[in-house]
Amino acid sequence: MFSSLSVVLAIAVAWLAIGALGLVRPRSLGWVARVLFPLGAVLGFALAAVALGAIAEPPTAAVAPLGLPDLPFHFRLDALSAFFLLLLGAIAGGVSLFAAGYIRPGEGTPPGLQCLWYHLFLAAMAFVLVADDAYGFMVAWESMALASFFLVTSDHRIAEIRRAGYLYLLVAHIGAIAILLCFGVLQGGTDDYTFAAMRSVKLAPFWATVGFLLALFGFGAKAGILPLHVWLPEAHPAAPSPVSALMSAVMLKTAVYGMLRVTFDLLHTQVWWWGVLALAVGLATALFGVVFSAVQSDMKRLLAYSSIENIGFIVVGFGLAVTFAAYAMPVLAALALTATLYHCLNHAYFKSLLFLATGSVLHATRQRALGKLGGLIHRMPWVAWLALVGALATAGLPPLNGFVSEWLLLQAFLFTPALPNAYLNMLIPVAAAAVVLAAALSGYVMVKFYGVVFLGRPREERLAEAHDAGIWERVALVWLAVGCVALGILPVQLVRLIDFVTGPLIGKTLSEAAARSHWLVLAPIDPERASYSPFLLLAGIAVVTALAWLAVRQFYHGRIRRAPPWDCGYPLLNARMQDTAEGFGQPVRQVFAPFFREERELPSPFDAAPRYRVKIEDPLWYWCYVPIAGIVEKLTGLVTVLQRGRISIYLIYSFGTLLVLLFLVR
Amino acid sequence: MTALLTPALTGQIINLLAAVLLLLSFAMLAQRRILSLIDLFAAQGFVLALSTGFVAYATGQSHLYWSAGITLGLKVVLLPLILHRLIRRLDVKWDVETLINIPTTMLVGIVLVILAFNLAQPVSELAGTVTRGTLGIALASVLLAFLMMITRSKAVPQVIGFLAMENGLFFAATAATYGMPMVVELGIALDVLIGVIILGVFFFQIRERFDSLDIHHLEKLKEE
Amino acid sequence: MSDFSWSGAIAQATELLLAVLLAPLLAGWVNQCRAWLQNRTGPGVLRPYFVLRKLVAKDAIIADGASPLFRVTPYVLFGCMCMAAAIVPTLGTDLPYAPVADAIALVGILALARVAMALAAMDIGTAFGSLGARREMMVGFLAEPALLMVLFTASLISHTTSLATVVETLSHKEFAIYPSLAFAGVAFTMVSLAENARIPIDNPATHLELTMIHEAMVLEYSGRHLALIEWAASLKLFVYSCIGIALFFPFGISGGGEALGLVLALPALVGKLAIGGCLLAAIEIVSAKMRIFRAPEFLGTAFMLAVLALLVHALLES
Repeated sequence: MFSSLSVVLAIAVAWLAIGALGLVRPRSLGWVARVLFPLGAVLGFALAAVALGAIAEPPTAAVAPLGLPDLPFHFRLDALSAFFLLLLGAIAGGVSLFAAGYIRPGEGTPPGLQCLWYHLFLAAMAFVLVADDAYGFMVAWESMALASFFLVTSDHRIAEIRRAGYLYLLVAHIGAIAILLCFGVLQGGTDDYTFAAMRSVKLAPFWATVGFLLALFGFGAKAGILPLHVWLPEAHPAAPSPVSALMSAVMLKTAVYGMLRVTFDLLHTQVWWWGVLALAVGLATALFGVVFSAVQSDMKRLLAYSSIENIGFIVVGFGLAVTFAAYAMPVLAALALTATLYHCLNHAYFKSLLFLATGSVLHATRQRALGKLGGLIHRMPWVAWLALVGALATAGLPPLNGFVSEWLLLQAFLFTPALPNAYLNMLIPVAAAAVVLAAALSGYVMVKFYGVVFLGRPREERLAEAHDAGIWERVALVWLAVGCVALGILPVQLVRLIDFVTGPLIGKTLSEAAARSHWLVLAPIDPERASYSPFLLLAGIAVVTALAWLAVRQFYHGRIRRAPPWDCGYPLLNARMQDTAEGFGQPVRQVFAPFFREERELPSPFDAAPRYRVKIEDPLWYWCYVPIAGIVEKLTGLVTVLQRGRISIYLIYSFGTLLVLLFLVR
Repeated sequence: MTALLTPALTGQIINLLAAVLLLLSFAMLAQRRILSLIDLFAAQGFVLALSTGFVAYATGQSHLYWSAGITLGLKVVLLPLILHRLIRRLDVKWDVETLINIPTTMLVGIVLVILAFNLAQPVSELAGTVTRGTLGIALASVLLAFLMMITRSKAVPQVIGFLAMENGLFFAATAATYGMPMVVELGIALDVLIGVIILGVFFFQIRERFDSLDIHHLEKLKEE
Repeated sequence: MSDFSWSGAIAQATELLLAVLLAPLLAGWVNQCRAWLQNRTGPGVLRPYFVLRKLVAKDAIIADGASPLFRVTPYVLFGCMCMAAAIVPTLGTDLPYAPVADAIALVGILALARVAMALAAMDIGTAFGSLGARREMMVGFLAEPALLMVLFTASLISHTTSLATVVETLSHKEFAIYPSLAFAGVAFTMVSLAENARIPIDNPATHLELTMIHEAMVLEYSGRHLALIEWAASLKLFVYSCIGIALFFPFGISGGGEALGLVLALPALVGKLAIGGCLLAAIEIVSAKMRIFRAPEFLGTAFMLAVLALLVHALLES
């Protein structure tokens, strides 16, 4: 039988083939959307199935006859790679199904070309997850960045989108340089760039720290931590919705995979302050992301900032795991790592569900601004009800999946008084307070998002023509929603699966405690200490709800009358009198005012046509990026001194270089 | 009754009073109205007197009872009276404006409390008393009072902040180190009283010059 | 789940039934105390039951633009509150349902109820609904972290997040004064005032849109839906009171599941709830309702107090 690794590689190559086939008839919608994308989806589900089986197996390795002469591509499939491949396959399958119904011509790039970049993107991500040497990793990483750049600028006729793509590519390459340098540090002088060699190298503490910081910076640039997040709110809305879903759900997680791989696998020992640094960065990212998402008026930007928040949570869990591992508390480190990995999977499911739902809304209404939507639950019931599942999961509410990872993370925080460092013991409960604040704010953001888009009354008359999603889109949304519910109701099974990942990385798993408890009840450390059973909770609520419904019908009646809504005596109520998106965000804008850079234009009483305008911008753009851009411009201004424009001067440069080299070689 | 007050219980009561002191410092930080500020200051004085009394009982040093009495008379009765009269004569009853808004002030306050606790940890290891954890709280009260002085823009709350700082130092002296010599104590009390009287005189001068007690006006007094 | 016992199940069912039946009585008692303190005759302690009976018999009037979400929400709300009441130990700590949800999940259930209510309020599409939803979420995003921090403080003292175990540990510890619990108590009082729509955050007796939060959200509900929502609101007050009693005054709650212990715990519970209701009415009388823009400051103070409680615990008690 073929090994799992060869099946994975075959699927990745098949994706490449599908992408190439898209060029055969680039403008034919039937060929691309009805044949190629569904085929890609089937491959995605197959990848998920193979990865699911491979998590429990021991690691397998392979070498491909490609690449540099003395550094061919090495591949390795271990539990960590298998977990992220499971994520990639499941989400890619769903998103490809959605894209089959979503792709339409006339959006700047022909469908065949989009198919090529899309499947190249998927294949590159698969290669990143199984790469076992630095060169293969970087080739796959760069292909991933390039393919996603072309996908982001699919509609390249719009200047805004081109600018967003450019910014994205710039930050991606800054990160890639850092990752390259990190691998350079990790090889520790042996000149052998395979991961197997890096695992056996014993680095001096200084170089290990340098490697960790470079990895945090480089992978963090791709993941979107502060202050390297500026590309996310531009690139995600600019891309078509299936691409946004893939980028947010899977591409950000490949960066997390990179961080985990470097810190726990390639660097053997961890230092405690690495974890505290990651914790601090993650907290800042989470708070920043959620506060900004509460004040957005574009639905895709809102979701992009919400992704930043969730990446913040993931990095917080990662930081906790590193801290616990550094203090030699492997069980607690396993708990924190389990929370991190669980949240990766959860976020992939609920965020892609929401992005795909906004794609359907965009197609049906051609509106991205929240102020022009509303009342879509009546016109688009499938999308609305499935998006409700996604919104409740993003808000972290029981019994769905967002709550489980948040619960595990908070349990990990509650164990920190066991740390030997008194300062950390004091700081970390405060960090827990910040995490809880960000989680509560995400509930606020989801009520705003769902309420303004789907509930209430339509704010524009054009919305009456909105149609529901097609069959492909519905199937994809159902798949993702079922995933959200299943991950929420069956946490024990998933925790047992994740144990296969944490075991090799940390050395201990949660399985000893989890095996003692019931299959319905999640009790990570000790059933006496903390336990949670979402299935029984849902059952309880359902039973009480049903009993209440039956009792009321039985003893009284179930009559209903319809009437117009209460208008307080004012007969001219119209749909514009509901809350706008800006209005709903106003409390957050007021409470968290120091976070924002605000420009307000208030009308005076004497204006004939009064205007009220509020513009909220990212202060970090003006504090970090604009000064850096200024410095770079000054430096390049100095270099332009060399550009004289006369051919003789350039020939003198070449001549001078030749003379210098001749002297050196002598 | 005295048999109930075991040393452990007395220590816990002193801890509780320390926590109430910290709570009052935070409440002063978050308070907008001057009259409530003065009431909170009086409450702080009362808590101080109580804790000094308990420390006196626990260690058997009778001069601390005198200390508690002085605190009661000075900080709970005399100083609030002086401040009330000052406010009435200056005709000042407004809400206090703050330099930065109240939630941010409290956030900075929390950071200061963490700093104070952390700074006090190694010192309290050295102390031998049962209430050594209260040193961190006393330091935190001092820092919070200082923060209050910084973030207010009117003169009277700044004076109250100065007095609250002295409260924190007094608490550190009594609870963590079980009292200071009586002479030092009387001297400090006298200094504080004279200081308030002099500051009161200054307020009238400022008000005559600038027609308001907003300290921003004092910025005009610089070389141009 | 391995130590499931029939006596425990009966105790659990009794406690749940008691909570559901007594909750309107608590709301009526608070209103009656408030009337006595204001020198009025008052509507009588049993008035909420008559109100519920009247509402259930009426037709439910639904606005034209309402979606199925609007009709489902009252039942979901009632279900969530019943689940919350099933987890909080009121009479005894031997609750077989307790492993289903711990303190963090309890806060999650309350958050689910709040989000469901806010979404239903936005469903109609009038200005009142979205106003109420926005204000409720604003109160929520500060009150929920504060409540969670209070529960964390209790968890750090008793080394567990399961509420039944927390109560058992706290009630069996030798008498010691915990300053962190004092701070947490103050913070918890502030949070319960905010979450249960009491003065100084919200006026439960008003219908003016300038001042209402909870009333704005339920403006469109009538008939049996309104009855369920009112019942759920009084259940929420009951649950919060019981959490406060369980965390800060746990004496009297029986440890095992024997019937005698439960029967003896009942008068203790009723007595404590009566005193708590009186105090709540007294707080409502002496405070004035705040401007809505001051509510974040109030709740921010509660949050800071709860964080302070954690810090004081780390400093003074470990």
